[in-house]
Amino acid sequence: MTPQTEIFVNLERLVALANGALYWPARETLIVSDLHFEKGSHFAMKGVFLPPYDTRATLTRVAAMIRELKPKTVISLGDAFHDGGSEARMEEQDARLLEAMVASVRWLWILGNHDPAPPARFGGDVEGAMLVGRLFFRHEAAAYHERGEISGHFHPVARVRAETRLIRRRCFATDGERLIMPAMGAYAGGLNILDSAYDGIFRGALTAWMLGETGLYPFAADRLLPDSGAQRRKVG
Amino acid sequence: MTDDIRLLPQAFEDWFAARGWAPRPHQLDCLRASRAGRSHLLIAPTGGGKTLAGFLPSLVDLHEKGSSGALHTLYVSPLKALAVDIARNVERPVADMKLSIRIEARTGDTPAHRRQRQKYALPDMLLTTPEQVSLLLSHSDAGKFFSGLNAIIVDELHSFHATKRGHLLALDLSRLRTLAPSVRTIGLSATIPDPAPLLDYLTGPETRADLIRAAGGAQPKVHVLDVERRIPWSGHSARHAWRDVYGAICASKMTLVFVNTRSQAEMTFQALWSMNDDNLPIALHHGSLDVEQRRKVEAAMTRGVLRAVVCTSTLDLGIDWGDVDLVIQIGAPKGASRLTQRIGRANHRMDEPSSALLIPGNRFEVLECIAAKEAIDEGALDGEENRDGALDVLAQHILGVACSAPFAPDDLYAETIAAAPYRTLSRAAFDQAVDFAATGGYALKSYERFRRIVKTPDGLFRIRNAHVAQQHRMNAGTIVDAPSYNIRLIGKSGRRTMGRKLGTMEEWFVEGLAPGDTFIFAGEVLRFEGAEGMDAFVTRAPDEEPRIPSWNGGKFPLTTYLAGRVRRMIHDEANWPHLPEQLREWLEIQRDVSLIPDIDEMLIETFPHNNRHFLICYPFDGRLAHQTLGTLLTRRLERAGAQPLGFVPTEYSLSIWGRRDMSALDMDALFDEDMLGDDLESWLSESVLMKRTFRDCAVIAGLIDRRHPGQQKTGRQVAFSSDLIYDVLKEHEPDHLLMKAAWADAARGYLDLSRLQALLTRVRGRLRHARLTRVSPLAVPVMLEINKETIVGEAQEAMLKEASDALIAEAMRR
Repeated sequence: MTPQTEIFVNLERLVALANGALYWPARETLIVSDLHFEKGSHFAMKGVFLPPYDTRATLTRVAAMIRELKPKTVISLGDAFHDGGSEARMEEQDARLLEAMVASVRWLWILGNHDPAPPARFGGDVEGAMLVGRLFFRHEAAAYHERGEISGHFHPVARVRAETRLIRRRCFATDGERLIMPAMGAYAGGLNILDSAYDGIFRGALTAWMLGETGLYPFAADRLLPDSGAQRRKVG
Repeated sequence: MTDDIRLLPQAFEDWFAARGWAPRPHQLDCLRASRAGRSHLLIAPTGGGKTLAGFLPSLVDLHEKGSSGALHTLYVSPLKALAVDIARNVERPVADMKLSIRIEARTGDTPAHRRQRQKYALPDMLLTTPEQVSLLLSHSDAGKFFSGLNAIIVDELHSFHATKRGHLLALDLSRLRTLAPSVRTIGLSATIPDPAPLLDYLTGPETRADLIRAAGGAQPKVHVLDVERRIPWSGHSARHAWRDVYGAICASKMTLVFVNTRSQAEMTFQALWSMNDDNLPIALHHGSLDVEQRRKVEAAMTRGVLRAVVCTSTLDLGIDWGDVDLVIQIGAPKGASRLTQRIGRANHRMDEPSSALLIPGNRFEVLECIAAKEAIDEGALDGEENRDGALDVLAQHILGVACSAPFAPDDLYAETIAAAPYRTLSRAAFDQAVDFAATGGYALKSYERFRRIVKTPDGLFRIRNAHVAQQHRMNAGTIVDAPSYNIRLIGKSGRRTMGRKLGTMEEWFVEGLAPGDTFIFAGEVLRFEGAEGMDAFVTRAPDEEPRIPSWNGGKFPLTTYLAGRVRRMIHDEANWPHLPEQLREWLEIQRDVSLIPDIDEMLIETFPHNNRHFLICYPFDGRLAHQTLGTLLTRRLERAGAQPLGFVPTEYSLSIWGRRDMSALDMDALFDEDMLGDDLESWLSESVLMKRTFRDCAVIAGLIDRRHPGQQKTGRQVAFSSDLIYDVLKEHEPDHLLMKAAWADAARGYLDLSRLQALLTRVRGRLRHARLTRVSPLAVPVMLEINKETIVGEAQEAMLKEASDALIAEAMRR
């Protein structure tokens, strides 16, 4: 079983998984964010030949979650495809795997900034944003305070000092009212949660749940480090 | 001699005579070989007139035949600064004899307009670095540029022929031989034990370079400092001997003080200044200091205004620095060849003996220093392990060749295996490297349509477009710098606008600092104030104790050869009377309470101490190999239920401790060579080490772009991380070329696997296990290392001292 932990957002009980997925037991819904299919081949077009296995690696991760949790609904929180040409570059084998996966559940694509409209071939419903009970799903956190908002987009990572080592990992970032999910794409990089881009998103005390091999590890804001040795930025 | 007079033109005879010099025999040998069109390797100690010997044939040839308007001689140096200095030195005789020869240097620092001009108006001699040669060869006019080439001089060849830079240059030399088939190659090297790999390096397989040795200089006078005071049990600082070092500096004209790490250089420099009542000009020189600062120190040395320089390996190579009459080595020398080369920095006149003083930092280092002294007295040197040509380097070279002109794979393969490091490369491996350069070389062929190298109708391979060449040139070279911060000094007001740059420090060190932390750098105690972008801002904190003790940099492993000598010294009781009193006593008690192993045996001791159970072995194979051994042994012990808790390696021994008594274990099974199979593999797959070597290989091979200084300003916003790529590749194509290259680097650079393999083979069936009831004398140094790792901070100094005194008392009880 994938290591996991309970997180409450806007009083809803959610399960955060160590591979970056989120599960909402009450609604039997699996949420994944920023899959960035075909990022590798996007770089290959420019002559940077990253291993062409990132789409498969990402798909395998999502498929494993569906097998393990058997959700009724899957929500992709946007930026599922790295660019408009992703479908054309995708290996047929990978495309079929994705097709079958989407067909096996109620699949909802939330639109992101990288993929204005997901390729029709794969099916599923498409929404700009979606309110479900007490939770609001959208790609990028709104400028106004939206209680119960689950978003992605930023690819949050956290950095901490453990003994003498510095550890930098993808993370779930939440203050109990809103939550930003980590990117699940195999080649998706990250933006430190202390970066000014996150300013104003969290009102309450921020906790970063860092993804580990055997579990998720919570760190309060005052334990987090920025990426350079720069002064700690005020968070919250 | 009549022959030699004909050999050397009159103008040159006169030039030598005007200086009161005579050409040295090896200089004439080089000239003779060159006149016969032979490549050659000159082995000469520093001060042997090596540079002139290298250039003399070209100067004579240009004098006799006149400049042809083509590039005549290419000089390649591993050091940028050396290329520039040598240019100045060679200008001297050229100016004196009024020869019409144009000499220019070309390095990464040469302004673009001059580099451009060099391609139109070719100088007669170009002095440059391996990276620049590679870049020149990647241009479309490379054929024209090099077609008239007569001679290639490779300086300090011993220092880099077996590295990735050496591999790249070997491929470039092979290419140059294709472009200029009659070119001669001249290698210049310091004294080395086995010239064969260097001779192979200089030519293709069909011929072999001549070997020319300069007459050996006077035997150096080497002393090992013998002190009455207690010799420390562990540590490398040689704190106990700083007074003696200062005394030796006072008694000499000019002293080079070599230490093994940059932090040790800082510490020693501070200590010498704290006792410098005579205000002697003592300077500091190491790789983290700002280039300007280093050049100032070098210039001051040349002018002869300094009395001592505390330095690291940064001064191992280079031109002659004034009148150095004493070389001091603080801490263990680690290898006889390195020590010989360092000692060679003193008295650059071959007829006068160099003088050197070795300062051991601890007891084992005393043995090591004595072993090194004896080796030098016998003229013995340690060999260097050769390694097969790196595949990431080959991939870069292939793309570079394609950038200059379309190539036929058969021809390029033939050219590649003519380069010594690649002589055994299979065609399949070569084709894989071509495929890598073209598409990334993946089993899944989805990138065919994005090929960087395409096949033309006539079967040649050419690059897709000019963008590929541009991208290649941005990423060429084999040196992947660890990301580093500029250390900038600011005033107390804390204004961060500018700040004078003191030097650079590795990223990991700076990122481990918190504002307010103090450390020693550039000879001062500094306080870290914060960082922005790639600048770390510091203020002076002269009154504070440095809180963060040290940073790494420049550690050499003990050579196999010297390790063998140390093992013999310990084993050979007949030799003990020649050792310092304290060491003799140490070994005698060891013999009485534990045992002294035979030369080919390895001693293993088990004993309880402070509610822990210890297993200590003494392979003497260097910290790296011991570190790997420790990692693998603890995994095995874990499986055997021995509950190991930790381990600490030193250069000489390895200590493992745990909750359970390990004395009943089957040692032969524990140390069996099969640990290099599954145990190694499963450990590596979890370790971050492979990710580090993978990143460097990916950059060299051109898979991911280099970070350039300008780009670094934007911080960490790299498009993707090499760690993520590694994870995906490991899972989906574990035998990819880059994975192989990363493995080869890890095995050599971080694990010392070949040495561990040799160690396990050597001691198989020859383990001597001593089951003891308490710590033994030989175990004390490594036991103190354990304390050091777990107890830090000044408040605990007293506690540490107490604990170590008790430990030593226990060990030295008969």
